[in-house]
Amino acid sequence: MKKIEAIVRKSKFDEVVTALHDAEVYFFSYWDVTGVGNEKIGNVYRGITYSTSDIQRRYLSIVVSDSFVDATVDAILKSGATGNVGDGKIFVYPCEEAYRIRTGEKGNKSFN
Amino acid sequence: MELLTTNNVWMMLCAALVFFMHLGFSFLEIGLTRQKNTINILFKNFFIITMGLIVYCLVGFNLMYPGDFNIIGNGILGFAGPGLDAVAAADLSYNEGYTYWTDFLFQGMFAATAGTIISGAVAGRIKINAFMLIVFLYILIVYPIVGSWQWGAGFLSEVFGFYDFAGSTLVHSVGGWGALVIIYLLGARKGKFDSSGNAVAIPGSNIPLSAAGVLILWLGWFGFNGGSVLSADPANTSLVLVTTCLAAAAGGLGASFVSTLAYKNLDITMFMNGILGGLVGITAGADQMGPTEAIAIGAIGGAVVVVGVAILDKCKLDDPVGAIPVHLFAGIWGTLAVGIFGASASFDQFMVQLASLGIVGAFCVIGALVIALTVKSLIGLRVSAEEEEKGLDISEHGTKAYFSS
Repeated sequence: MKKIEAIVRKSKFDEVVTALHDAEVYFFSYWDVTGVGNEKIGNVYRGITYSTSDIQRRYLSIVVSDSFVDATVDAILKSGATGNVGDGKIFVYPCEEAYRIRTGEKGNKSFN
Repeated sequence: MELLTTNNVWMMLCAALVFFMHLGFSFLEIGLTRQKNTINILFKNFFIITMGLIVYCLVGFNLMYPGDFNIIGNGILGFAGPGLDAVAAADLSYNEGYTYWTDFLFQGMFAATAGTIISGAVAGRIKINAFMLIVFLYILIVYPIVGSWQWGAGFLSEVFGFYDFAGSTLVHSVGGWGALVIIYLLGARKGKFDSSGNAVAIPGSNIPLSAAGVLILWLGWFGFNGGSVLSADPANTSLVLVTTCLAAAAGGLGASFVSTLAYKNLDITMFMNGILGGLVGITAGADQMGPTEAIAIGAIGGAVVVVGVAILDKCKLDDPVGAIPVHLFAGIWGTLAVGIFGASASFDQFMVQLASLGIVGAFCVIGALVIALTVKSLIGLRVSAEEEEKGLDISEHGTKAYFSS
């Protein structure tokens, strides 16, 4: 079991979800995050130029069984890329145990 | 009698439209400032319209329309006694355009707008008690006395021959001068200027709300200028509404053009301020201009606003909503424009407009200085740095405007 976390562009989120579904990954959580990075955005407000390093992205947290890890990472790499600075990151962690609260099942049975 | 009824209905409608402008001012101000000061802004605006009306009823109306200048002659200062006059009100021959009651209500709505102009400029750092005291004194004393010189048949209208149709000078610049003096004494919001003195952008919290505010203000101007005809006279009211709307349109386009040229960016807040600049600009001569002149005055008014915003930033004066470029700078422009364009344009008229502007400006600046410095010595003007950081909603009113559920 592995936990895969990915930070992706909001504009790419729908494509990432479709790609994950195509890879038969149906369950995951996500939330919106703000971070800093290499991308700088130039803004103008009432004649004053200012640049903000605040970057808005979407954060996905996915737990999959070991046999799904490569397909999941692959799906995000392909669907989330634009080739420009700021496409995001993927992290893979070991996951010790998982339970489904409704039935008490644990391990792979709890999410697939 | 039938004519009086028609005229009076129009004037009451216009009073209602001017009343509605207070919502427009509130929305504009909330949207262009930070979220942590929202309740403070609403509180100030509610205070202005409520206090303004009562004070105008008790003192202001009879100070602005004294009839007889019984304190200082030659049309300088008069007072017809406190409160409204029910006997005069009962006499329907008071005026062929409207009744006494309508007169009071329409003028009362105007008085409150002068206070609202100050509110926008000082947003985000003034002590609420200091603000209330300053605006109370300004509406009590400065606004009606200046008004009496022109609309109360004082020396500006009777001796000078000054022309100010609906108040580019008497309302907008009076509020604008007050705002300028007070933001000078108050200082800029924390973070508005960096350590080397360059202006820093503090983007507004809610641009759609500001946009609603601007359109409400434009609608309100139908009453502000339309009612200043002081009757429902078909020729004049129609003309005034046309010149008003053309100037507003030209102001928006003019400001947008100049700001896009200068900053290579399509800035909506400049577009919106430009519309207001066009409206303030046409206010002094709305019944003197044809369509072409109205468009010219509006477009230049809009451009004045964009330049004015940059000038204030250069002078390290912090006016979050652009109240001073809109009401003071465009108000000055509109007043002078009466001597340049339209029916009464002449060099002599231009000089009269200029001189009158100077007198009104000097009186307002001195009045605002005396009031603000007095209030400063009594209770101080500015909240502490921590209170400002937390936001005036929490530090002055003990709550927030928005709660996430």
